[in-house]
Amino acid sequence: MQGKNLFATRGGIIGVGAVIGILAALLQKLGNPGNMGICVACFERDIAGSVGLHRADVVQYMRPEIIGFVIGSMIAAYIFKEFRARVGSAPIVRFVLGAFAMIGALVFLGCPWRAVLRLAGGDGNAILGLLGLTFGIWIGTLFLKNGYNLGRTQATHTTVGWMMPLIMLGFLALMLVFPQVEGQEKSGVLFYSLKGPGAMHATLLISLIVGLGIGFIAQRSRFCTMGAIRDTVLFGQIHLMTGFISLIVFAFLTNLILGQFKPGFADQPVAHTMHIWNFAGMALAGLAFALAGGCPGRQLFLAGEGDGDAAVFVMGMIVGAGFAHNFGLASSPKGVGPYGIAAVVVGLLVCLFIGFTMKRKNA
Amino acid sequence: MAATVDARGLSCPQPVLLALDAIKTGKDKEFIVLVDTDTSRENVMRAAESQGCRIKEVSSQGEGYSILITKG
Repeated sequence: MQGKNLFATRGGIIGVGAVIGILAALLQKLGNPGNMGICVACFERDIAGSVGLHRADVVQYMRPEIIGFVIGSMIAAYIFKEFRARVGSAPIVRFVLGAFAMIGALVFLGCPWRAVLRLAGGDGNAILGLLGLTFGIWIGTLFLKNGYNLGRTQATHTTVGWMMPLIMLGFLALMLVFPQVEGQEKSGVLFYSLKGPGAMHATLLISLIVGLGIGFIAQRSRFCTMGAIRDTVLFGQIHLMTGFISLIVFAFLTNLILGQFKPGFADQPVAHTMHIWNFAGMALAGLAFALAGGCPGRQLFLAGEGDGDAAVFVMGMIVGAGFAHNFGLASSPKGVGPYGIAAVVVGLLVCLFIGFTMKRKNA
Repeated sequence: MAATVDARGLSCPQPVLLALDAIKTGKDKEFIVLVDTDTSRENVMRAAESQGCRIKEVSSQGEGYSILITKG
């Protein structure tokens, strides 16, 4: 489609950021956890828990927002004739980057989306996370300047592009076949948290509709939180950044109106106050996102428009969440997990290895 | 025939990096960037315009687009 894409204009991206910010804050009012109206990392972690890839009983729920993101993006891509099945750009590397991105995000307790939602809710610890995120992305831009790249994709069978949307539809079907039962921690094959963040959620229908809507407008606008910081650092291009800032401002205003703004560092919802590890966890996540070419939300939207490599990154994140909780890498409000620090160090070394060794061969 | 930068199949932000590289170091006043997604088309056009370049022509080519850029 060659016509003007209104969503990709300056006003469009600001509007999309505003809608996401308002909807995220509203989702908290409607049942989602504090400062977690939308968190791609947390919600994929909950999905990993719901299918039993980890057994942390406080974070198990099949989050319909994630399903909606992928399907909403796919609907937009088909309507505007942008669905293109493609794959083959270093998928295993993207899987590994996805896994370590998730581990880093779970040391901080949030993806970039949640980092700004935490800030908009008054959580000062998010400042450390955002600084870490920016630092990690800055390292990523140094690799990009030195020729780092993941290689080219190939056009492929439509079926390949359909895999992630079909997986998500399968997840939705599981949710309908095995719905949550009051007071039961398991329904059929799915786990459902009885306490903790996993037990806090808006109704399936609302979550799904919001997810579909955001998936649709994010696909049109190319909304990307990592890209916002990367483009600003790399070539002073603030287009995506205006959308990112718009998200913060409108989430903040909505929080104020709903009485959800509570400034401070201590006792913030699903957060800890270990500043160094809030910084370092997000630095790892930021570097992994930068090397993989998109924030976790963007990877879902790309997967919806046929990008099989982004789909592999998403699977890496879901599997990474399994490792994060099974190995004691994920943080909790009490602080970092027993092996969280070691995992951040290993993750940074892996990302540096990937960054240094995958250089352009005169592309 | 203008110089051609083939950015097809490359993911974000490679097409923009290659286009900016061509703007800064290329000898020709005009050059073509080939991309295969609408996102890359928009990004390359936005980056080129921010560098004071003009988008002379955008045409569909196969599965993607050919963007003819004139340096400002």
